[in-house]
Amino acid sequence: MIKNALQHQENWQRMWRNPKPKAHYDFIVVGGGGHGLATAYYLAKVHNQSSVAVIEKGWLGGGNTGRNTTIVRSNYLWDEAAHLYEHAMKLWEGLSQDLNYNVMFSQRGVMNLGHNLQDMRDIERRVNANRLNGIDGEVLDAQQCKEIVPIMDCSGSTRYPVLGASWQPRAGVARHDAVAWGYARGADQLGVDIIQQCEVTDILIEDGAAVGVDTRQHGQIKAGRIGCVAAGNSGVLAGMAGFELPIESHPLQAFVSEPIKPILDTVVMSNAVHGYMSQSDKGDLVIGAGIDGYVGYGQRGSYPVIEHTVHAIMELFPIVSRVRMNRQWGGIVDTTPDACPILSATPVENLFFNCGWGTGGFKATPGSGHVFADLLAKGKPNKLAEAFTMFRFYDGALIDEHGAAGVAH
Amino acid sequence: MFVIYCPYCEEHREEEEFHASGQAHLARPLDPDNCTDKEWGDFLYFRKNPRGLHQELWQHTAGCRKFFNITRDTVSYKILETYKVGESPKVNLEDASHG
Repeated sequence: MIKNALQHQENWQRMWRNPKPKAHYDFIVVGGGGHGLATAYYLAKVHNQSSVAVIEKGWLGGGNTGRNTTIVRSNYLWDEAAHLYEHAMKLWEGLSQDLNYNVMFSQRGVMNLGHNLQDMRDIERRVNANRLNGIDGEVLDAQQCKEIVPIMDCSGSTRYPVLGASWQPRAGVARHDAVAWGYARGADQLGVDIIQQCEVTDILIEDGAAVGVDTRQHGQIKAGRIGCVAAGNSGVLAGMAGFELPIESHPLQAFVSEPIKPILDTVVMSNAVHGYMSQSDKGDLVIGAGIDGYVGYGQRGSYPVIEHTVHAIMELFPIVSRVRMNRQWGGIVDTTPDACPILSATPVENLFFNCGWGTGGFKATPGSGHVFADLLAKGKPNKLAEAFTMFRFYDGALIDEHGAAGVAH
Repeated sequence: MFVIYCPYCEEHREEEEFHASGQAHLARPLDPDNCTDKEWGDFLYFRKNPRGLHQELWQHTAGCRKFFNITRDTVSYKILETYKVGESPKVNLEDASHG
C-alpha cells in the first residue's frame, strides 16, 4: 500500500481481466449486475463450468446494483418467497468469507412500521409466518420502536401514528458496489470471461432454440445456454426473442442527504406512509421512495414522488427536517403483477430469464445467482425456483407478495 | 413533471391530477367462457413494455375523472398526443419508431 501511495496509486493490479470474447461459450449470462455476476460465479464455483461469459452493455454494477438502497431482509409472507429470500440471507451471512471480499454486510436490523390496526394484524400474521419458516422476526409495540430508534416520532400525535412494527434483527444493509466487484473478481478468478461495453442487439434462434447472441461491438457469440439477467431491460431482450413477459418497467427513485453524525443504526421502512431510511457508514441518510405509476426507461423519477416521500420521512423523523439532500436518482425496476421474481425457462429452448425482482432485487443477489446458476446448469428448476416460472401467470399459481411482505410498492 | 392535456377538460394540467392506469386498448375477450388459460393470462398479466413509444390509459382522477389515452415516449417522456377513449391515435407507432 505504501509502495502504491508513492506511485500515485497508478499501479494497482486489475481486479479482473478484460478479455476478448471467444466464438463460443457453454453459458452466456446477459447482464453484468449483481445478479448476473453472481450467476456466473456460482456456475463456475458450484457447477464447475469453465466456459462462461458475462456480457454487459455498460460497466459492471452500473444499473440497479449501484442504484438501490442496499437493504437486505427475508421477512416475506408466502412460503415460496420466504424460502428464496432466506436462502439469499444465509448466503449473505457467509458472503464476505466466501468471496474473500468485504461486502460490508451489516446485520443492523430492519423495522417495518405499522400505522393502523390492520397494519398491525398483517404484521402479526407475517411475523408468525416467518417464524414458522425459521426466519427470525418479532412484533414490536410503539414503545419498543422508540427504544430502538429514539429519533422517531412515536408519540401518537402524528397524522399516521406509529403503532408498532415488525422487526427482523438478522436483516440489514450491505455495500452494493462491493457485492458486484466481489462477485466479478471471484468469477474472473474461476475463469469466467467478463465482457464489458458489449451490447446485445439480438438473440440468435434456430428451430425454436437459442444458439447465441449478436452484439454491437463483437458480432455474434454462440452459446449452449443463455441466461438473461437484465432487470429493467428484460422486456427488450424478450422482444428480441419474440415473446412478451408479464413485466412492466417503472422508475424507482432514491436520494441521499449530506453526511451527518450517526443518528440511525438500523433500517426503518413504512409502507403506509411510503418512505424508508437508513444511514450509511459515510453518514448520509439513504432514503427510498416509491415507483412512478407509468412505464419509463429514463433513469430518473418524478417530482410528486419526491415530495410524497419527504413528507413521510419528515413526519417520522422531525430531526431531519433541515438536512439537505445531496443526490437524487432513479433506477428502472422490472415489476411483475404479483411482486415476485421470474426464474424461468421460456418459450425459446436454451433461453432462460432471471428478472422481475421489481423494487427488491438487491437483497436477493446471492440467492438469485445461486438458484439461477442451478437452473442454467441443469436446464430445469430446483425446488426453490420452480414456483417462480413465468408460466404461473397462465396457470394462476401467483405468489402474491404485493403488500403482504413489506413490499413497499 | 408531466403537464398533460385532458381531452375532456381541454386544458393542460399537472401530473398529480392524473393517475396512470397502464397499457391502452386492452380488449376484454369477447367469448370469456371459452378462453384458454393462455388467453386469460395474456389478457390479465402480459403487457407491452416498450422502450420508446407507448399508448397508455390515464385517468383525470382529480379533475373530470374520465379515462383517456396518451401516446408517450418512455425514454424521453415526451407526450405526443392525448385522445379520448374510442378515438384512434394519430401517431402510428410503427412509423414513428422508424422515423
